Amino acid sequence: MAYQNARPKWTELAVGTAVTCPGSSRATKTGDWRSARPVWTNEHCVKCGVCVIFCPEGCIQFQADGYPTADLDYCKGCGICPHECPTGCIRMQDEVE
Amino acid sequence: MEKRIGIEASIAIAEAVGLCDADVVAAYPITPQTHIVEHLSEMVADGHLDAAFVPVESEHSAMSVCCGTSAAGARTFTATSSQGLALMHEILYIASALRLPIVMSVANRAISGPINIWNDHSDVMVERDVGWVQIFCENGQEAVDLTIWAFRLAEDPRVSLPIMVNFDGFIVSHMVEPLFMPDREMVKAFLPPFKPLQRLDIDNPISMGPVGIPDIFTEAKQVQQHLLTQAYQPIVETLGEFAKVFKRQYKPVETYRGDDADVLLLTMGAIGETAMTAVDQRRAKGDKVGLVRLRLWRPFPFEDLFRALGRIPVLGVIDRCISFGGPVGPVACEVKGALYGRKDHPLVVEFVAGLGGRDVTVTDFDKMFDALFEAKRSGKVPAPVLVGLRE
Repeated sequence: MAYQNARPKWTELAVGTAVTCPGSSRATKTGDWRSARPVWTNEHCVKCGVCVIFCPEGCIQFQADGYPTADLDYCKGCGICPHECPTGCIRMQDEVE
Repeated sequence: MEKRIGIEASIAIAEAVGLCDADVVAAYPITPQTHIVEHLSEMVADGHLDAAFVPVESEHSAMSVCCGTSAAGARTFTATSSQGLALMHEILYIASALRLPIVMSVANRAISGPINIWNDHSDVMVERDVGWVQIFCENGQEAVDLTIWAFRLAEDPRVSLPIMVNFDGFIVSHMVEPLFMPDREMVKAFLPPFKPLQRLDIDNPISMGPVGIPDIFTEAKQVQQHLLTQAYQPIVETLGEFAKVFKRQYKPVETYRGDDADVLLLTMGAIGETAMTAVDQRRAKGDKVGLVRLRLWRPFPFEDLFRALGRIPVLGVIDRCISFGGPVGPVACEVKGALYGRKDHPLVVEFVAGLGGRDVTVTDFDKMFDALFEAKRSGKVPAPVLVGLRE
Protein backbone atom coordinates (compact mmCIF):
# COMPACT_ATOMS: atom_id res chain seq x y z
CA MET A 1 0.00 0.00 0.00
CA ALA A 2 0.95 3.58 -0.39
CA TYR A 3 0.27 4.12 3.28
CA GLN A 4 2.43 3.21 6.25
CA ASN A 5 -0.72 2.20 8.03
CA ALA A 6 -2.68 -0.16 5.78
CA ARG A 7 -5.97 1.19 7.19
CA PRO A 8 -5.31 4.94 7.46
CA LYS A 9 -7.61 7.42 9.19
CA TRP A 10 -9.17 10.04 6.94
CA THR A 11 -6.69 12.60 8.26
CA GLU A 12 -3.84 10.39 7.10
CA LEU A 13 -4.78 10.11 3.43
CA ALA A 14 -2.42 11.59 0.82
CA VAL A 15 -3.60 14.71 -1.05
CA GLY A 16 -6.26 13.59 -3.53
CA THR A 17 -5.57 9.98 -2.40
CA ALA A 18 -2.53 10.01 -4.67
CA VAL A 19 -0.04 7.16 -4.53
CA THR A 20 3.01 9.11 -3.52
CA CYS A 21 5.73 6.49 -3.88
CA PRO A 22 6.32 4.41 -7.00
CA GLY A 23 6.21 0.62 -6.92
CA SER A 24 3.16 0.31 -4.67
CA SER A 25 1.88 -2.64 -6.73
CA ARG A 26 4.77 -4.68 -5.39
CA ALA A 27 3.41 -4.29 -1.87
CA THR A 28 -0.24 -4.79 -2.85
CA LYS A 29 -0.94 -8.42 -3.72
CA THR A 30 -4.01 -8.63 -5.93
CA GLY A 31 -4.23 -12.36 -6.59
CA ASP A 32 -6.49 -13.13 -3.67
CA TRP A 33 -9.79 -12.93 -5.57
CA ARG A 34 -8.82 -15.78 -7.91
CA SER A 35 -11.18 -18.79 -7.94
CA ALA A 36 -8.98 -21.01 -10.15
CA ARG A 37 -5.27 -21.13 -10.98
CA PRO A 38 -3.46 -22.11 -14.19
CA VAL A 39 -1.40 -25.29 -13.98
CA TRP A 40 1.13 -26.24 -16.69
CA THR A 41 1.92 -29.77 -17.89
CA ASN A 42 5.50 -29.17 -18.97
CA GLU A 43 5.77 -32.38 -21.05
CA HIS A 44 3.36 -30.81 -23.57
CA CYS A 45 4.72 -27.25 -23.37
CA VAL A 46 6.80 -26.03 -26.35
CA LYS A 47 7.90 -22.81 -24.57
CA CYS A 48 6.28 -20.72 -27.32
CA GLY A 49 5.43 -17.87 -24.93
CA VAL A 50 1.87 -17.28 -26.15
CA CYS A 51 0.64 -17.45 -22.53
CA VAL A 52 3.32 -14.91 -21.50
CA ILE A 53 2.15 -12.49 -24.21
CA PHE A 54 -1.59 -12.95 -23.69
CA CYS A 55 -1.64 -12.70 -19.89
CA PRO A 56 -3.48 -9.40 -19.21
CA GLU A 57 -1.78 -9.10 -15.82
CA GLY A 58 1.71 -9.66 -17.21
CA CYS A 59 2.18 -12.13 -14.38
CA ILE A 60 3.36 -15.12 -16.48
CA GLN A 61 7.13 -15.35 -16.88
CA PHE A 62 9.66 -17.91 -18.10
CA GLN A 63 11.50 -19.65 -15.30
CA ALA A 64 15.21 -20.59 -15.33
CA ASP A 65 14.34 -23.96 -16.97
CA GLY A 66 12.61 -22.15 -19.84
CA TYR A 67 9.03 -23.17 -18.89
CA PRO A 68 6.46 -20.45 -18.11
CA THR A 69 4.58 -20.12 -14.84
CA ALA A 70 2.21 -17.59 -13.26
CA ASP A 71 3.02 -15.37 -10.28
CA LEU A 72 0.09 -16.32 -8.06
CA ASP A 73 0.45 -13.11 -6.00
CA TYR A 74 -1.05 -11.31 -9.01
CA CYS A 75 -2.78 -13.97 -11.19
CA LYS A 76 -6.56 -13.30 -11.20
CA GLY A 77 -7.42 -16.72 -12.65
CA CYS A 78 -9.01 -15.24 -15.78
CA GLY A 79 -8.35 -18.38 -17.84
CA ILE A 80 -7.01 -16.61 -20.93
CA CYS A 81 -3.72 -18.59 -20.88
CA PRO A 82 -5.36 -22.06 -21.25
CA HIS A 83 -7.70 -20.62 -23.88
CA GLU A 84 -4.80 -19.33 -25.96
CA CYS A 85 -2.26 -22.16 -25.36
CA PRO A 86 -1.68 -23.87 -28.79
CA THR A 87 -0.74 -27.23 -27.24
CA GLY A 88 -3.42 -27.28 -24.53
CA CYS A 89 -0.83 -27.82 -21.80
CA ILE A 90 -2.47 -25.38 -19.33
CA ARG A 91 -5.54 -26.27 -17.29
CA MET A 92 -7.42 -24.28 -14.65
CA GLN A 93 -7.48 -25.91 -11.24
CA ASP A 94 -10.13 -24.72 -8.77
CA GLU A 95 -8.80 -22.96 -5.69
CA VAL A 96 -9.93 -24.88 -2.62
CA GLU A 97 -10.21 -23.11 0.71
CA MET B 1 -5.48 52.07 -12.06
CA GLU B 2 -8.78 50.55 -13.06
CA LYS B 3 -10.47 51.95 -16.12
CA ARG B 4 -14.24 52.10 -16.38
CA ILE B 5 -15.19 50.88 -19.81
CA GLY B 6 -18.25 49.66 -21.65
CA ILE B 7 -17.68 46.01 -22.47
CA GLU B 8 -19.62 42.81 -22.96
CA ALA B 9 -19.35 40.69 -19.83
CA SER B 10 -18.12 37.60 -21.73
CA ILE B 11 -15.28 39.57 -23.31
CA ALA B 12 -14.43 41.10 -19.95
CA ILE B 13 -14.34 37.64 -18.32
CA ALA B 14 -11.96 36.40 -21.03
CA GLU B 15 -9.77 39.47 -20.49
CA ALA B 16 -9.82 38.76 -16.74
CA VAL B 17 -8.60 35.21 -17.38
CA GLY B 18 -5.82 36.78 -19.45
CA LEU B 19 -4.91 39.10 -16.58
CA CYS B 20 -4.62 36.01 -14.38
CA ASP B 21 -2.10 34.52 -16.83
CA ALA B 22 -3.89 31.21 -17.29
CA ASP B 23 -1.52 28.60 -18.72
CA VAL B 24 -4.16 26.42 -20.34
CA VAL B 25 -7.65 27.03 -21.70
CA ALA B 26 -9.45 23.87 -22.80
CA ALA B 27 -13.04 24.52 -23.78
CA TYR B 28 -15.77 23.72 -26.23
CA PRO B 29 -18.01 26.56 -27.39
CA ILE B 30 -21.65 26.43 -26.35
CA THR B 31 -24.27 29.15 -26.28
CA PRO B 32 -24.30 31.40 -24.24
CA GLN B 33 -20.68 30.89 -23.11
CA THR B 34 -19.31 31.10 -26.68
CA HIS B 35 -17.92 34.64 -26.59
CA ILE B 36 -15.66 33.83 -23.63
CA VAL B 37 -14.04 30.91 -25.43
CA GLU B 38 -13.88 32.70 -28.78
CA HIS B 39 -12.19 35.71 -27.23
CA LEU B 40 -9.67 33.59 -25.32
CA SER B 41 -8.89 31.72 -28.53
CA GLU B 42 -8.20 35.06 -30.23
CA MET B 43 -6.07 36.29 -27.34
CA VAL B 44 -3.88 33.18 -27.55
CA ALA B 45 -3.73 33.26 -31.38
CA ASP B 46 -2.81 36.97 -31.38
CA GLY B 47 -0.09 36.44 -28.79
CA HIS B 48 -1.81 38.49 -26.09
CA LEU B 49 -2.03 35.49 -23.77
CA ASP B 50 0.84 33.03 -23.42
CA ALA B 51 -1.30 29.95 -22.93
CA ALA B 52 -2.10 26.66 -24.60
CA PHE B 53 -5.60 26.80 -26.09
CA VAL B 54 -6.91 23.26 -26.53
CA PRO B 55 -9.86 23.12 -28.96
CA VAL B 56 -11.38 19.87 -27.76
CA GLU B 57 -14.16 17.87 -29.43
CA SER B 58 -16.54 17.87 -26.46
CA GLU B 59 -17.01 19.16 -22.94
CA HIS B 60 -16.19 15.71 -21.58
CA SER B 61 -12.80 16.12 -23.21
CA ALA B 62 -12.55 19.75 -22.10
CA MET B 63 -12.84 18.81 -18.45
CA SER B 64 -10.56 15.81 -18.94
CA VAL B 65 -7.86 18.03 -20.47
CA CYS B 66 -8.33 20.47 -17.59
CA CYS B 67 -7.74 17.67 -15.08
CA GLY B 68 -4.57 16.64 -16.87
CA THR B 69 -3.10 20.12 -17.22
CA SER B 70 -4.02 21.14 -13.69
CA ALA B 71 -2.41 17.93 -12.41
CA ALA B 72 0.71 18.89 -14.35
CA GLY B 73 0.77 22.20 -12.46
CA ALA B 74 -0.71 24.53 -15.07
CA ARG B 75 -3.18 27.28 -14.16
CA THR B 76 -6.24 26.01 -15.97
CA PHE B 77 -9.47 27.67 -17.08
CA THR B 78 -12.55 26.47 -18.90
CA ALA B 79 -16.08 27.68 -19.47
CA THR B 80 -19.32 25.98 -20.32
CA SER B 81 -23.08 26.04 -20.05
CA SER B 82 -26.15 23.81 -19.91
CA GLN B 83 -25.74 20.60 -21.96
CA GLY B 84 -21.98 21.16 -21.93
CA LEU B 85 -21.90 21.19 -18.14
CA ALA B 86 -24.01 18.04 -18.16
CA LEU B 87 -21.53 16.36 -20.50
CA MET B 88 -18.70 17.27 -18.09
CA HIS B 89 -20.59 15.79 -15.18
CA GLU B 90 -18.61 12.64 -14.44
CA ILE B 91 -15.25 14.40 -14.76
CA LEU B 92 -16.30 17.17 -12.37
CA TYR B 93 -16.17 14.64 -9.53
CA ILE B 94 -12.65 13.62 -10.57
CA ALA B 95 -11.40 17.22 -10.53
CA SER B 96 -12.56 17.79 -6.96
CA ALA B 97 -11.48 14.37 -5.67
CA LEU B 98 -7.98 14.94 -7.07
CA ARG B 99 -8.01 18.49 -5.62
CA LEU B 100 -7.31 20.20 -8.92
CA PRO B 101 -7.87 23.98 -8.67
CA ILE B 102 -9.56 24.46 -12.05
CA VAL B 103 -11.55 27.66 -12.57
CA MET B 104 -14.69 27.33 -14.67
CA SER B 105 -17.14 29.98 -15.86
CA VAL B 106 -20.69 28.68 -16.15
CA ALA B 107 -23.08 30.87 -18.17
CA ASN B 108 -26.22 29.38 -16.65
CA ARG B 109 -28.76 28.09 -19.15
CA ALA B 110 -31.71 25.72 -19.11
CA ILE B 111 -31.26 22.03 -19.79
CA SER B 112 -33.28 20.70 -22.73
CA GLY B 113 -35.95 19.48 -23.49
CA PRO B 114 -37.76 21.04 -25.02
CA ILE B 115 -34.65 22.52 -26.59
CA ASN B 116 -33.94 25.81 -24.91
CA ILE B 117 -30.83 27.98 -25.03
CA TRP B 118 -32.04 30.60 -22.57
CA ASN B 119 -31.25 31.35 -18.97
CA ASP B 120 -32.19 29.53 -15.80
CA HIS B 121 -30.26 27.54 -13.20
CA SER B 122 -31.24 23.99 -14.08
CA ASP B 123 -27.76 23.25 -15.44
CA VAL B 124 -25.86 24.05 -12.26
CA MET B 125 -28.41 22.79 -9.75
CA VAL B 126 -27.86 19.18 -10.83
CA GLU B 127 -24.12 19.68 -10.21
CA ARG B 128 -24.68 20.56 -6.56
CA ASP B 129 -22.85 17.56 -5.16
CA VAL B 130 -19.74 17.42 -7.35
CA GLY B 131 -17.49 18.78 -4.61
CA TRP B 132 -16.67 22.11 -6.27
CA VAL B 133 -16.83 25.57 -4.72
CA GLN B 134 -19.83 27.26 -6.39
CA ILE B 135 -20.55 30.97 -6.40
CA PHE B 136 -23.12 33.15 -8.20
CA CYS B 137 -22.74 36.58 -9.80
CA GLU B 138 -25.42 39.20 -10.43
CA ASN B 139 -23.73 41.27 -13.15
CA GLY B 140 -20.67 41.57 -15.38
CA GLN B 141 -18.57 43.40 -12.80
CA GLU B 142 -19.11 40.59 -10.33
CA ALA B 143 -18.36 37.97 -12.99
CA VAL B 144 -15.03 39.67 -13.79
CA ASP B 145 -14.12 40.18 -10.14
CA LEU B 146 -15.10 36.72 -8.97
CA THR B 147 -13.26 35.09 -11.89
CA ILE B 148 -10.04 36.75 -10.73
CA TRP B 149 -10.84 35.89 -7.13
CA ALA B 150 -11.66 32.31 -8.11
CA PHE B 151 -8.05 31.58 -9.11
CA ARG B 152 -6.82 32.90 -5.76
CA LEU B 153 -9.34 30.87 -3.77
CA ALA B 154 -8.98 27.64 -5.78
CA GLU B 155 -5.18 27.73 -5.55
CA ASP B 156 -5.14 28.57 -1.83
CA PRO B 157 -3.24 25.58 -0.36
CA ARG B 158 -5.90 25.25 2.37
CA VAL B 159 -8.50 24.75 -0.37
CA SER B 160 -6.94 23.41 -3.60
CA LEU B 161 -10.35 22.64 -5.07
CA PRO B 162 -12.01 23.51 -8.37
CA ILE B 163 -14.52 26.35 -8.52
CA MET B 164 -17.52 27.24 -10.68
CA VAL B 165 -18.25 30.91 -11.21
CA ASN B 166 -21.93 31.06 -12.18
CA PHE B 167 -23.60 33.95 -13.98
CA ASP B 168 -26.83 34.06 -15.91
CA GLY B 169 -26.55 33.22 -19.60
CA PHE B 170 -27.36 36.16 -21.93
CA ILE B 171 -28.74 38.27 -19.06
CA VAL B 172 -25.18 38.71 -17.78
CA SER B 173 -22.94 37.01 -20.36
CA HIS B 174 -24.10 39.08 -23.35
CA MET B 175 -24.76 42.36 -21.54
CA VAL B 176 -22.58 45.30 -22.52
CA GLU B 177 -22.22 47.20 -19.28
CA PRO B 178 -19.94 49.82 -17.83
CA LEU B 179 -17.52 48.09 -15.50
CA PHE B 180 -14.19 48.68 -13.82
CA MET B 181 -11.64 46.55 -15.61
CA PRO B 182 -8.82 45.60 -13.21
CA ASP B 183 -5.30 46.23 -14.48
CA ARG B 184 -2.44 43.76 -14.57
CA GLU B 185 -0.56 45.28 -11.60
CA MET B 186 -3.58 44.98 -9.31
CA VAL B 187 -4.20 41.39 -10.34
CA LYS B 188 -0.52 40.65 -9.76
CA ALA B 189 -0.75 42.13 -6.27
CA PHE B 190 -3.77 39.96 -5.50
CA LEU B 191 -2.96 36.68 -7.22
CA PRO B 192 0.37 34.99 -6.41
CA PRO B 193 1.91 32.49 -8.86
CA PHE B 194 0.27 29.04 -8.82
CA LYS B 195 2.07 26.67 -6.46
CA PRO B 196 0.26 23.33 -6.66
CA LEU B 197 0.12 21.10 -3.57
CA GLN B 198 1.50 18.32 -5.75
CA ARG B 199 1.90 17.78 -9.45
CA LEU B 200 2.84 15.20 -12.01
CA ASP B 201 6.62 15.40 -12.14
CA ILE B 202 8.89 12.76 -13.66
CA ASP B 203 11.60 13.51 -11.09
CA ASN B 204 9.18 12.89 -8.22
CA PRO B 205 6.70 10.38 -9.59
CA ILE B 206 3.23 10.02 -8.04
CA SER B 207 0.06 8.38 -9.29
CA MET B 208 -3.00 10.65 -9.24
CA GLY B 209 -6.43 9.10 -9.47
CA PRO B 210 -5.72 5.51 -8.39
CA VAL B 211 -8.47 3.11 -7.34
CA GLY B 212 -10.15 3.84 -4.00
CA ILE B 213 -11.04 0.47 -2.56
CA PRO B 214 -14.02 0.12 -0.15
CA ASP B 215 -11.58 0.32 2.74
CA ILE B 216 -10.41 3.83 1.66
CA PHE B 217 -13.45 5.34 -0.10
CA THR B 218 -15.38 6.49 3.00
CA GLU B 219 -12.27 8.24 4.34
CA ALA B 220 -11.64 9.86 0.94
CA LYS B 221 -15.21 11.24 0.87
CA GLN B 222 -14.81 12.60 4.42
CA VAL B 223 -11.69 14.47 3.26
CA GLN B 224 -13.75 16.14 0.51
CA GLN B 225 -16.59 16.98 2.88
CA HIS B 226 -14.13 18.45 5.37
CA LEU B 227 -12.19 20.45 2.78
CA LEU B 228 -15.22 21.98 1.11
CA THR B 229 -16.82 22.88 4.45
CA GLN B 230 -13.56 24.32 5.76
CA ALA B 231 -13.12 26.31 2.54
CA TYR B 232 -15.59 28.80 4.04
CA GLN B 233 -12.93 30.64 6.08
CA PRO B 234 -10.46 31.02 3.18
CA ILE B 235 -13.39 32.20 1.03
CA VAL B 236 -14.24 35.00 3.45
CA GLU B 237 -10.58 35.90 3.93
CA THR B 238 -9.75 36.03 0.22
CA LEU B 239 -12.90 38.06 -0.52
CA GLY B 240 -11.58 40.48 2.12
CA GLU B 241 -8.17 40.51 0.42
CA PHE B 242 -9.93 41.19 -2.87
CA ALA B 243 -11.73 44.17 -1.33
CA LYS B 244 -8.42 45.59 -0.08
CA VAL B 245 -6.91 45.59 -3.56
CA PHE B 246 -9.97 46.30 -5.73
CA LYS B 247 -12.24 48.18 -3.27
CA ARG B 248 -15.20 45.94 -4.00
CA GLN B 249 -16.45 43.74 -1.17
CA TYR B 250 -18.36 40.54 -1.77
CA LYS B 251 -19.94 38.34 0.89
CA PRO B 252 -21.30 34.78 0.94
CA VAL B 253 -24.79 36.15 1.61
CA GLU B 254 -25.79 39.73 0.88
CA THR B 255 -28.90 41.61 1.88
CA TYR B 256 -30.79 44.59 0.56
CA ARG B 257 -32.96 46.71 2.85
CA GLY B 258 -33.52 43.66 5.02
CA ASP B 259 -32.87 45.07 8.50
CA ASP B 260 -36.38 46.14 9.51
CA ALA B 261 -38.24 44.06 6.92
CA ASP B 262 -41.55 42.29 7.58
CA VAL B 263 -40.97 39.81 4.75
CA LEU B 264 -37.82 38.76 2.90
CA LEU B 265 -37.26 37.29 -0.54
CA LEU B 266 -34.20 35.15 -1.35
CA THR B 267 -32.67 35.33 -4.83
CA MET B 268 -29.62 33.94 -6.60
CA GLY B 269 -27.96 35.54 -9.59
CA ALA B 270 -29.02 38.38 -11.84
CA ILE B 271 -32.70 38.56 -10.86
CA GLY B 272 -31.46 40.05 -7.58
CA GLU B 273 -30.95 43.32 -9.46
CA THR B 274 -34.54 43.56 -10.71
CA ALA B 275 -35.67 42.48 -7.27
CA MET B 276 -33.85 45.47 -5.73
CA THR B 277 -35.85 47.81 -7.99
CA ALA B 278 -39.03 46.04 -6.89
CA VAL B 279 -38.02 46.42 -3.23
CA ASP B 280 -37.40 50.15 -3.70
CA GLN B 281 -40.85 50.59 -5.26
CA ARG B 282 -42.59 48.69 -2.45
CA ARG B 283 -40.61 50.55 0.18
CA ALA B 284 -41.72 53.84 -1.42
CA LYS B 285 -45.28 52.68 -0.78
CA GLY B 286 -44.44 51.94 2.86
CA ASP B 287 -44.20 48.13 2.61
CA LYS B 288 -41.26 46.77 4.58
CA VAL B 289 -39.80 44.27 2.14
CA GLY B 290 -36.20 43.22 1.74
CA LEU B 291 -33.88 40.86 -0.09
CA VAL B 292 -31.45 38.11 0.80
CA ARG B 293 -29.08 37.36 -2.06
CA LEU B 294 -27.41 33.99 -1.78
CA ARG B 295 -24.04 34.35 -3.47
CA LEU B 296 -22.15 31.31 -2.18
CA TRP B 297 -23.87 28.00 -2.94
CA ARG B 298 -21.10 25.56 -1.98
CA PRO B 299 -19.96 25.47 0.73
CA PHE B 300 -23.44 26.45 1.90
CA PRO B 301 -23.14 29.54 4.13
CA PHE B 302 -25.44 28.42 6.96
CA GLU B 303 -24.45 31.02 9.57
CA ASP B 304 -24.52 33.92 7.09
CA LEU B 305 -28.01 32.88 6.04
CA PHE B 306 -29.23 32.69 9.64
CA ARG B 307 -27.76 36.15 10.34
CA ALA B 308 -29.40 37.57 7.22
CA LEU B 309 -32.79 36.12 8.14
CA GLY B 310 -32.71 37.23 11.77
CA ARG B 311 -36.18 36.64 13.18
CA ILE B 312 -38.04 37.27 9.94
CA PRO B 313 -41.50 35.61 10.06
CA VAL B 314 -41.91 34.95 6.31
CA LEU B 315 -39.28 34.15 3.71
CA GLY B 316 -39.88 33.69 -0.01
CA VAL B 317 -37.32 31.62 -1.93
CA ILE B 318 -37.04 31.93 -5.69
CA ASP B 319 -35.78 28.91 -7.60
CA ARG B 320 -34.72 29.02 -11.24
CA CYS B 321 -35.12 25.27 -11.57
CA ILE B 322 -37.56 22.48 -10.73
CA SER B 323 -36.75 19.24 -8.95
CA PHE B 324 -39.46 17.17 -10.65
CA GLY B 325 -41.57 14.99 -8.43
CA GLY B 326 -39.62 16.14 -5.42
CA PRO B 327 -39.48 19.24 -3.27
CA VAL B 328 -40.03 21.51 -6.36
CA GLY B 329 -37.29 24.05 -5.72
CA PRO B 330 -33.76 22.85 -4.95
CA VAL B 331 -32.73 26.12 -3.30
CA ALA B 332 -35.89 26.28 -1.19
CA CYS B 333 -35.30 22.67 -0.21
CA GLU B 334 -31.78 23.50 0.99
CA VAL B 335 -32.94 26.61 2.83
CA LYS B 336 -35.70 24.70 4.58
CA GLY B 337 -33.23 21.95 5.44
CA ALA B 338 -30.89 24.53 6.93
CA LEU B 339 -33.73 25.97 9.03
CA TYR B 340 -34.95 22.57 10.29
CA GLY B 341 -35.06 22.44 14.07
CA ARG B 342 -34.25 26.13 14.53
CA LYS B 343 -36.43 28.06 16.94
CA ASP B 344 -38.76 30.65 15.40
CA HIS B 345 -37.87 29.71 11.86
CA PRO B 346 -39.78 31.62 9.18
CA LEU B 347 -42.60 30.29 7.03
CA VAL B 348 -40.95 29.51 3.69
CA VAL B 349 -42.93 30.30 0.54
CA GLU B 350 -41.55 28.71 -2.62
CA PHE B 351 -41.49 30.38 -6.01
CA VAL B 352 -40.16 29.01 -9.28
CA ALA B 353 -39.47 31.81 -11.73
CA GLY B 354 -37.60 32.62 -14.90
CA LEU B 355 -37.42 29.13 -16.38
CA GLY B 356 -35.79 28.82 -19.78
CA GLY B 357 -35.44 32.56 -20.33
CA ARG B 358 -38.90 33.71 -19.12
CA ASP B 359 -38.46 37.31 -17.90
CA VAL B 360 -38.96 37.99 -14.21
CA THR B 361 -40.28 41.53 -14.03
CA VAL B 362 -40.81 44.06 -11.24
CA THR B 363 -44.52 43.24 -11.49
CA ASP B 364 -43.72 39.56 -10.90
CA PHE B 365 -41.77 40.47 -7.77
CA ASP B 366 -44.68 42.65 -6.65
CA LYS B 367 -46.99 39.64 -6.81
CA MET B 368 -44.48 37.55 -4.90
CA PHE B 369 -44.30 40.18 -2.16
CA ASP B 370 -48.14 40.18 -2.07
CA ALA B 371 -48.06 36.40 -1.55
CA LEU B 372 -45.52 36.81 1.27
CA PHE B 373 -47.70 39.39 3.05
CA GLU B 374 -50.70 37.09 2.62
CA ALA B 375 -48.73 34.21 4.19
CA LYS B 376 -47.75 36.51 7.06
CA ARG B 377 -51.37 37.55 7.60
CA SER B 378 -52.87 34.07 7.36
CA GLY B 379 -49.97 32.08 8.83
CA LYS B 380 -50.44 29.63 5.98
CA VAL B 381 -47.87 28.57 3.39
CA PRO B 382 -49.27 28.30 -0.14
CA ALA B 383 -48.27 25.49 -2.51
CA PRO B 384 -45.13 26.28 -4.55
CA VAL B 385 -45.90 28.96 -7.13
CA LEU B 386 -44.74 28.82 -10.76
CA VAL B 387 -44.49 32.54 -11.39
CA GLY B 388 -46.25 33.66 -14.58
CA LEU B 389 -47.73 30.25 -15.35
CA ARG B 390 -50.72 30.48 -17.71
CA GLU B 391 -53.60 28.52 -16.19
